[in-house]
Amino acid sequence: MEFFLQLLISGLVIGSIYALVGLGFVIIYKSSSILNFAQGEFLMLGAYVCVAIVGTHKVPFLAAFAITLCFSALLGVLMERLLLRPMIGEPVISVIMLTLGLSSVLKAVVQGIWGTDTRPYPEIFPTTPVMIGPLPVSQGYLYSVASVLVLLGLFSVFFKYSRAGIAMRATAFSQQVALSMGISVKHIFALAWSIAAVVSAVGGVLLGGIRGGVDGAFALFGLKVIPVVILGGLDSVLGAIVGGLVMGVLENLSGGYLDPLLGGGVKEVAPFIALVAILSIKPYGLFGKVKIERV
Amino acid sequence: MLHLKNVEVIYDDVILVLKGLSLHVPEGKIVALLGSNGAGKSTTLKAISGLLHTEEGEVTDGTIEFQGQRIDGVAPEQIVRRGIFQVMEGRRVFEDLTVEENIVMGGYTRNDRAGLRRDTEMVYTYFPRLHERRKRLAGYLSGGEQQMLAISRALMARPKLILLDEPSLGLAPLLVKEIFGIVKRINDEEKTTFLLVEQNANLALSIAHHGYVMENGRIVLEGDAEKLRSNEDVKEFYMGGGAGKSYKNLKFYKRRKRWLS
Repeated sequence: MEFFLQLLISGLVIGSIYALVGLGFVIIYKSSSILNFAQGEFLMLGAYVCVAIVGTHKVPFLAAFAITLCFSALLGVLMERLLLRPMIGEPVISVIMLTLGLSSVLKAVVQGIWGTDTRPYPEIFPTTPVMIGPLPVSQGYLYSVASVLVLLGLFSVFFKYSRAGIAMRATAFSQQVALSMGISVKHIFALAWSIAAVVSAVGGVLLGGIRGGVDGAFALFGLKVIPVVILGGLDSVLGAIVGGLVMGVLENLSGGYLDPLLGGGVKEVAPFIALVAILSIKPYGLFGKVKIERV
Repeated sequence: MLHLKNVEVIYDDVILVLKGLSLHVPEGKIVALLGSNGAGKSTTLKAISGLLHTEEGEVTDGTIEFQGQRIDGVAPEQIVRRGIFQVMEGRRVFEDLTVEENIVMGGYTRNDRAGLRRDTEMVYTYFPRLHERRKRLAGYLSGGEQQMLAISRALMARPKLILLDEPSLGLAPLLVKEIFGIVKRINDEEKTTFLLVEQNANLALSIAHHGYVMENGRIVLEGDAEKLRSNEDVKEFYMGGGAGKSYKNLKFYKRRKRWLS
């Protein structure tokens, strides 16, 4: 039982970071129908930038974290300016290909600057575990889950009630109609990419804190997030949250119980198996938007 | 207020759609732009609103002036801020936003909270049915309600000029009458200028002050709405009436058919 609970908790923690990165993915998809394959690189870059600032300039962690977020926001704006604006009016698939290329470039840049070795992370969270019932839980886990929940809540409210949030949904529906309302589609895209880069960076830093180090494997999160968002429904914030948590737990449980039986590797495949199973029942994902058809 | 002079529009670098079109919309009036399918009416509106850019179209010659300033080449979102709002053909409401959110988006370019609140109330008085459905997704509204919503969105921007593209498309005659009545009322009460594109010439000329008839990317006829209404050609081709209908005259018959269908 204790083993199960341990797996469950670490699954939820990883899942909450999936949810965060998934949120970034969904925001970009919602406003521009682009699948951003560089999402995992945003996470990795965020983690590296933060640790670099702390390490080389002896800046306190919180300040470094704030700088990282600003950097990520700027990165998002730059992406729009340099990559997306020239692609306005081009087919979506071309832009998606572009994000694939971008992911390679970012990975190369990170490796070029920081190398391929694992870089140790500063101790962000207190190391003494907190007892929840009989179970010792690391404080890092609790901080991560709490900050993820707060962020996710904020963005749900943002999308539902703020004008910029509604405008993002409007742009997702039709860029042309959004333009006819006087909505600047360019600004909306820049905003979407900024938010996506920022939430991914938060995920990266949290993950670095939990694992105690950052390396190139962080970029794999981008790949893992794809089943997460497809499971939840590509255009649903709630879907990203639920999808992330479900995948995290599923991955950990199957890893914990099935790996010893089958000789390992189940952890990596389990999300994709679940994805296929769920999509064959619900093609739009769990919370995906079904296209409205008037009869 | 709005002057188009010898405007030429080319799509995809090769297809010439407007061939030197000139027209004038005076402040506070309703001007009807009539013509058959493919005459270039919608293109004219998109050239004014700047939405042409999104469809690979380009104004290659001539000038478009609004309140004395050139607006050809200005980005569409900027044109909205200058006071021109296009209600696109086929209503084009944001289907997965609620009615209320659609209306909020109409006022996107404005920041005066008090004014926005007042205008929200105003559109709900013009269209009480929208108020009843304000929490529902716009995609589930009927066609007439969507058209009302599309016009409401335009009103929320407080534009000086509304470009209204075929508001009667696919609606029952009674509803069309209601919507045209409200357009007239808005013109009277809010002093908003309209440039109205319509297939239903009779109806359009019944509320318009002035009319233009387009064929093949050019203006072929213009005049007071009253005068156009009594013009024999207009009657024959565009209203389905006309004296002494003769189906022997196949060419005319075909043209009329094309108009009405």
